[in-house]
Amino acid sequence: MDTILECKDLTKRYGSFTALSSLNLSLEKGQIIGLLGPNGSGKTTLIKCMNGLLAPTSGEILVGGYRPGVESKRILSYLPERNALPDWMKVRDLVHYFQDFYADFRTEKAFDMLKDLKIDIHKRLKNLSKGTKEKVQLILAMSRKADLYCLDEPIGGVDPASRDYILRTILNNYSEQAAVLISTHLIQDIETVLDRVLFLQDGELKLNAAVDEIREQRGISVDALFREVFKC
Amino acid sequence: MWEFSTDRPIYLQLMDRLQLRIVNGTYQPGDKLPSVRELAQEASVNPNTIQKALSELERSGILYTQRTNGRFITEDAAMIDKLKSQLAEEQLVEFLKKMKDFGYEPKDIITLIEKHSQETAAD
Repeated sequence: MDTILECKDLTKRYGSFTALSSLNLSLEKGQIIGLLGPNGSGKTTLIKCMNGLLAPTSGEILVGGYRPGVESKRILSYLPERNALPDWMKVRDLVHYFQDFYADFRTEKAFDMLKDLKIDIHKRLKNLSKGTKEKVQLILAMSRKADLYCLDEPIGGVDPASRDYILRTILNNYSEQAAVLISTHLIQDIETVLDRVLFLQDGELKLNAAVDEIREQRGISVDALFREVFKC
Repeated sequence: MWEFSTDRPIYLQLMDRLQLRIVNGTYQPGDKLPSVRELAQEASVNPNTIQKALSELERSGILYTQRTNGRFITEDAAMIDKLKSQLAEEQLVEFLKKMKDFGYEPKDIITLIEKHSQETAAD
C-alpha cells in the first residue's frame, strides 16, 4: 500500500509550549482514520502542519511524498475546524469558486449532496445556521477527488440525522486510492466507520491501532478505551 | 444503520448479521450478495471491515466468490442447515446459562417454555 502521510520527528513549539513532540507516523491509503485526543492534545496543530498552515519547528511532514506546498495541496482536501470561506458568498457561487480552484472538484456531486440535504443554494453562507454552514463546508471538501481528506471536527455541530448522512457520504466516497483523516470528540458516532484510530496526548502519539484490534484484544470499544486512557 | 455492541470486534458482529440473513432466507442459496460498498453504506461501517467479515464467511464456505462477478451465497443447502443449527445451539447455550444463573433446572425451563408457547398460541 502507498503511504499518504508521513511524519518524521515532527515537532511544533509555540514559544516554550510543545504542541507536537517528535511525532513519528506513517499512514497508508485506503483507510479511514480517527484522530482522537482531549482538548489541547495537538490534533489541530498536526492538521495545520499537514496543510502548510503551520511550519514545523523541527522534523518533517510529507503528504503523498511532498512537503506541504502546491503539490501537496493538489492532493489534500482540507476541512478546517472554523469557517474559512467568504461568508457573503452564496452557496451556489461557492461551488463554482471551488470548481475554479481545484481541478479535481466534482461540481455535479456537490450539487447532488446539497440537494440531498435540502440546502438552499441561493442563500448566502452567513445566513445559514451553524450546522448548515458546516454541512456546506463538508460537502465542498468531500466533492474533491483527493488522495487525502483531512476533516477537522466535521460533525460537531450537525444534528444526528445529518450526521448519519455525512458518515454515509464519507463511506460512499471511500476509495482504495484515498485516505480520510477525521479529528473528532464524537468517537461513538464514528467508531464503526473507522479502520484505525490515533490517540494524541500532550503532543505525543499514545496509540495507533486498528479499531477491531482494540476490540479484539481488550474487549472494549474505542470510546471506552478513550475514556480509560484519558480519564480526568 | 446497524447497531453494534461495544465489547466485540465489529467484523464478528457483521458476520452474525449476515449469517442470520442467510439462515432466515433473506439471502437465498445461490443469491448474489450486495457489494462491499452497498453493505458498508447500509450498515454505516468501514468497507475494510465488511471485507474482513466477508472473507471470514468465505473461508467457512458459506460464501463463494466468482471472479469479477461478485460474491454468492452457497447453494449447498445442507451447509446452510448446519449453520442454522450451529447458531441455534449457540443461542440455546447462552439462554440455558442465563436461566441457570436465575436458579432454574433444565426440567423447570422446559415446563416454562411449554407454558409460554401454549399462552402465545392462545393469543
